[in-house]
Amino acid sequence: MYRYDEFDARFVRERVAEFAGQVARRLDGSLTEDEFKPLRLKNGLYLQLHAYMLRIAVPYGTLSSRQLRQLAHIAETYDKGYGHFTTRQNLQFNWPKLKDVPEILGLLADVEMHCIQTSGNCIRNVTADQFAGVAADEVEDPRPTAELIRQWSSLHPEFGWLPRKFKVAVTGAEHDRAAIKVHDLGLKLKRHPDTGEIGYEVVVGGGLGRTPMIGKVIRDFLPRAELLAYLEAVMRVYNSEGRRDNKFKARVKILVHEIGAEEFVRRVEEEYAKLDGPTVNAPVEEVERIAAYFAPPAYEALPSVSILLDQARAAAPALDAFVRQNAFPHRQPGYVALTVSLKPVGGVPGDMTADEMRAFADIAERYSFDELRVTHAQNLVLPHVRQDEVPEVFAALKAAGLATANAGLVTDIIACPGLDYCALATARSIPIAQEIAREFSDEAEQRDIGPLQIKISGCINACGHHHVGHIGILGLEKNGRENYQITLGGDATENAALGERLGPGIDAEAVPGAIRAIVSTYLERRQHGEAFIETVRRAGLDPFKTAFAEVIREAAE
Amino acid sequence: MTLITWNGQAQSQFLAVETAEALAAAEGPVIVPLALARAALDGRRNAPLGLLVANDASPDDIAPFFDKVELIAIAFPSFSDGRGLSLARKLRRAGFTGRLRASGPVIADQFADCLACGFDEVDLPEGVAARQPMEQWLKARSTVTSHYQTGYAHGASILEQRRAGRGGASS
Ligand code: SF4
Repeated sequence: MYRYDEFDARFVRERVAEFAGQVARRLDGSLTEDEFKPLRLKNGLYLQLHAYMLRIAVPYGTLSSRQLRQLAHIAETYDKGYGHFTTRQNLQFNWPKLKDVPEILGLLADVEMHCIQTSGNCIRNVTADQFAGVAADEVEDPRPTAELIRQWSSLHPEFGWLPRKFKVAVTGAEHDRAAIKVHDLGLKLKRHPDTGEIGYEVVVGGGLGRTPMIGKVIRDFLPRAELLAYLEAVMRVYNSEGRRDNKFKARVKILVHEIGAEEFVRRVEEEYAKLDGPTVNAPVEEVERIAAYFAPPAYEALPSVSILLDQARAAAPALDAFVRQNAFPHRQPGYVALTVSLKPVGGVPGDMTADEMRAFADIAERYSFDELRVTHAQNLVLPHVRQDEVPEVFAALKAAGLATANAGLVTDIIACPGLDYCALATARSIPIAQEIAREFSDEAEQRDIGPLQIKISGCINACGHHHVGHIGILGLEKNGRENYQITLGGDATENAALGERLGPGIDAEAVPGAIRAIVSTYLERRQHGEAFIETVRRAGLDPFKTAFAEVIREAAE
Repeated sequence: MTLITWNGQAQSQFLAVETAEALAAAEGPVIVPLALARAALDGRRNAPLGLLVANDASPDDIAPFFDKVELIAIAFPSFSDGRGLSLARKLRRAGFTGRLRASGPVIADQFADCLACGFDEVDLPEGVAARQPMEQWLKARSTVTSHYQTGYAHGASILEQRRAGRGGASS
């Protein structure tokens, strides 16, 4: 993984000093609260319902064991002993004190981490496929691109005061696990069909929130070397022309929507023609320098099938279930990537205690080349595990309470913090996730239902990405009561689609039953091994609407 | 108004005028809105002229005056509106070599970025200036010593410094 050189290290230290100065200047009155707010947000510091919240960047979701241990230390020393992984592969601490923040930032800098641009109206922390460098369907590892963008976007002198936040995601694979079509800007690494040269498909104007939109392709093929200059052109058009009169219409998706994708492309290309690309772009040596950090680890040459693992699985059903559910094929023979679920039934999706972090750091160090990943589904990944060692890893995970075999299943629920923490929330999301998980706690039943993504947001800002959940749940407030809208058919992958509402909103108590009714409808209708989302696509919404209406009728009686 | 330049506080020579009448009455260097630019040039005394432009003005409308004015001031309606930074870049790229001023309630924390985008100075309303004295501006200017982005006026970028470290190999 990437390691800071002297420049990166100094840069992050200087940013810590800058922020410490900003805190001091707020305290002595040099900065008003209005002036300080965007400055603290740009450094990931929010004021939540009960306390400050600090959001730490996990660039493209890659961490080392040492970094995770430091996060455990911070959780214990400055928080209540746990952290929360978010849908943008970041980590949040919910209880830090303002006075401790500069010190926490120093501890992060010690392990090459920071909070730069994890919030605010700027280019946010860049996300990527959690199986980068692992997936067989990958044209190229997206992380060198993401790292280049991390550097380029950090304290950008021109694009720090955008109309609104700007989120970038990168994928290098055919199957899109980074949800690039619902980001402000998405990049997909691809090969030019004629020349074989590597470049990018560029997608702009996707996003969720109160006006969900699927992004539009604005460049079919951008040569790799031109990346930064082209991004500069996109950002300059957005910075100059994005709406600033209404914060709900300020995202780039609204600009693209209002002027049309064609006109947006025309403006970007006009700007691109004017700027001095060769100056802006990273030299090829720099691109190679970064890429070298992401070279594959020193794998052993192994047979592609592990007899040892096969035998262990045959003897231990729990191990077998874990592997079947949480293993992801590795491109390197004899290895496998393991998803480690942070969604035990009854737990808070994405929460991890300091003890769990330490235990997990040890496992990653010993069995996965000292590397781990954070997924946008709020889980973790051990990217490079020897198949032979999976039984040991499973035992170690189990001992740490981290062996929940539900990756991608109905209980692997994405939920935003909601009313338990968030100042903007209109309803709770975490307890809803917990209730649904309890409803489907039977593991055999979960496996029978198969892949099914439930995503929950506690208000229309949609941090839980409910629009692109196979089943989406949006918590609103109606006549002083929490009220939940259920959508169906959303998809965040290359088949990106927004879910449609099944009917009127329902009470919190009715949600698990409604999900049960939807799942039963699927089980009745599914044809030969169809996954949930496939049945929804084929059968349409009607049968689900009928079942949902029945739930509402019963609730009314 | 308080003027802050790279070196510290300075005195503005220019008087801001907003109407044709005020323009007629003014002596010495003035700053006029873009709409009065023609009138100001036609009735020119020899005093230097500055232009005040909105942050959404088109560079094409301003370019004809590049060699006729000494200063262009871009209005910052609020510190959180970053359009002026992009406009500054565009004016520099289009060839304006005179003085470029950010005019409005910019904060010290933005000074380095303003300079990097091509501004020479910031003209502050008294409220901000009183809270954020000149020393804060000079400190903010140099807290972060190197940046990643190439092509901005903040010295050699980190990418360029790395390249130099590699022995200046060209791409
Ligand atoms: S969706 Fe709403 S409630 Fe949930 S985290 Fe985002 S802003 Fe808060």
